[in-house]
Amino acid sequence: MMIPAGEIRLTDVTVAYDRHPAVHHVSGRFAPGSLTAILGPNGAGKSTLLKAIVGQLPVAAGSIERGPLKARDIAFLPQQSSLDRGFPISVLELVLLGHWQRAGAFGRIGRQGIEAARAALSAVGLEGFEQRPLGTLSIGQAQRALFARVLVQDSRVILLDEPFNALDARTIADLLALLQRWHAEQRTVIAVLHDFDLVRQSFPEAVYLARRLIAWGRVEDVLTPENQLAARQMAESWDEDAPLCAVDDHHDHHHAA
Amino acid sequence: MTAAYDFLFGPFAEFAFMRRALVACFAMALGSAPIGVVLMLRRMSLFGEAMSHAILPGAAIGFLVAGFSLPAISVGGVIAGLIVALLAGAATRATDQREDASFAAFYLIALALGVTLISTRGSAVDVMQILFGSVLAVDEAALLLLGAVASLTLLVFAVIYRPLLADGFDPEFLRSVQPGGGTLYHFIFLGLVVVNLVAAFQALGSLMAVGLMMLPALAARYWCRSFVAGMLVAALIAALSGYCGLLLSFHADLPSGPAIVLFAGAAYILSLGFGRHGLLLLWHRRRHLEA
Repeated sequence: MMIPAGEIRLTDVTVAYDRHPAVHHVSGRFAPGSLTAILGPNGAGKSTLLKAIVGQLPVAAGSIERGPLKARDIAFLPQQSSLDRGFPISVLELVLLGHWQRAGAFGRIGRQGIEAARAALSAVGLEGFEQRPLGTLSIGQAQRALFARVLVQDSRVILLDEPFNALDARTIADLLALLQRWHAEQRTVIAVLHDFDLVRQSFPEAVYLARRLIAWGRVEDVLTPENQLAARQMAESWDEDAPLCAVDDHHDHHHAA
Repeated sequence: MTAAYDFLFGPFAEFAFMRRALVACFAMALGSAPIGVVLMLRRMSLFGEAMSHAILPGAAIGFLVAGFSLPAISVGGVIAGLIVALLAGAATRATDQREDASFAAFYLIALALGVTLISTRGSAVDVMQILFGSVLAVDEAALLLLGAVASLTLLVFAVIYRPLLADGFDPEFLRSVQPGGGTLYHFIFLGLVVVNLVAAFQALGSLMAVGLMMLPALAARYWCRSFVAGMLVAALIAALSGYCGLLLSFHADLPSGPAIVLFAGAAYILSLGFGRHGLLLLWHRRRHLEA
């Protein structure tokens, strides 16, 4: 069966992440144009799943189908903690990296590309910040700049890893509005989040993960007290023998594969 | 006036070996100093130090086979450097060790092995020569090698500028738009580090070569906040250190390599104190904030 552009389909996906918690046997479908939050306790494998979808981590078993899109056509915003904010790069240079899918490592970006980057900067409220070094920005401003890069990437599917972590309310509201805009433009948006209230208010769909899939569907069906209890119980059982369990699972899957 | 001229330019006007040494320093400044900037930004400041020792056994074997032959020493050095880099990387991935730990182990072994190898055949003078180089003895062939390596370095940097930038500050983004890309550019860059160290080897020796690579880069960090400006300032500081160091070694009869590196060190200390992002201004700003 053909998978339409913008859909991501997971079939019994297991991702092993060397010595880190993994994700096991997840199946489900992100519909084209859907807006989905991925929730779960710490170490539930939320980031691992995103990295597998974007092709950074290999799938140990099962499959991830992206239809006509390639893994690198997907716009991915990593957690801000993975950035080196002291790196001497200007805000404009950072945003221009969003052209990578078209310009590659060596291609010309051109005047149009620079204009697109400027437009994206003003869309996130950073007009006039073009030449500022990244290191002089606050965390909120840096996140706005990273959102501008996602705007420039102009992808059908957008993955965001904890995009609102450690941000002030004003920035969260502005960036959430961008998310809604992408949703209205029929892009598929998937975001790892922690804030249940925010998800209830702004996200139609949710995936509840605790290394295994607890629930996937409409937010009101997913965020039930029973599911939260189940997630908590699963999380507590990792703490006693987390490394052992991860290694055992890893071996099991090798045998299975 | 003529006294000043004689002091500042006389040695270079009079002696061909001083001129060659100066050109060698300029070439190293153009090649090594930008490499140092990237090493520092990737938090690999100690990596250059480790690599400069790692090339030693290979250079020693080249020396044993062919005496002080530039091609033999260079090829041996490049091979040894790459082997140590690969071994350390493999040891890190195969076991639970951090990469800096593996590098420390392998470069110490390489250093001891290199010195032992040289002393089985050569004299104490040879050991000194290998460890500290002799920029005043740089010949035509070594100059050509230095020039070629500096040109290659700048050219490659121009080509891989964008991936270097992306990999340096946001490696996960680079991997998401170009799977496997980070590793490729990382190895191209490591290759450049080794080639630059080997080229600087004859002039500054295994222990001093890394000085002209790292110190100007670390000093430049206190003056500018942009990538390209950092490289330019680092190259400028390295070239100035070369000039001042040669002059000092000539007039005060000091060993030239250490004199050059000491000037680079002085530039670092000055920048640390008085640079735009140095201690003095930081302290000044803090007092203002408190007041």
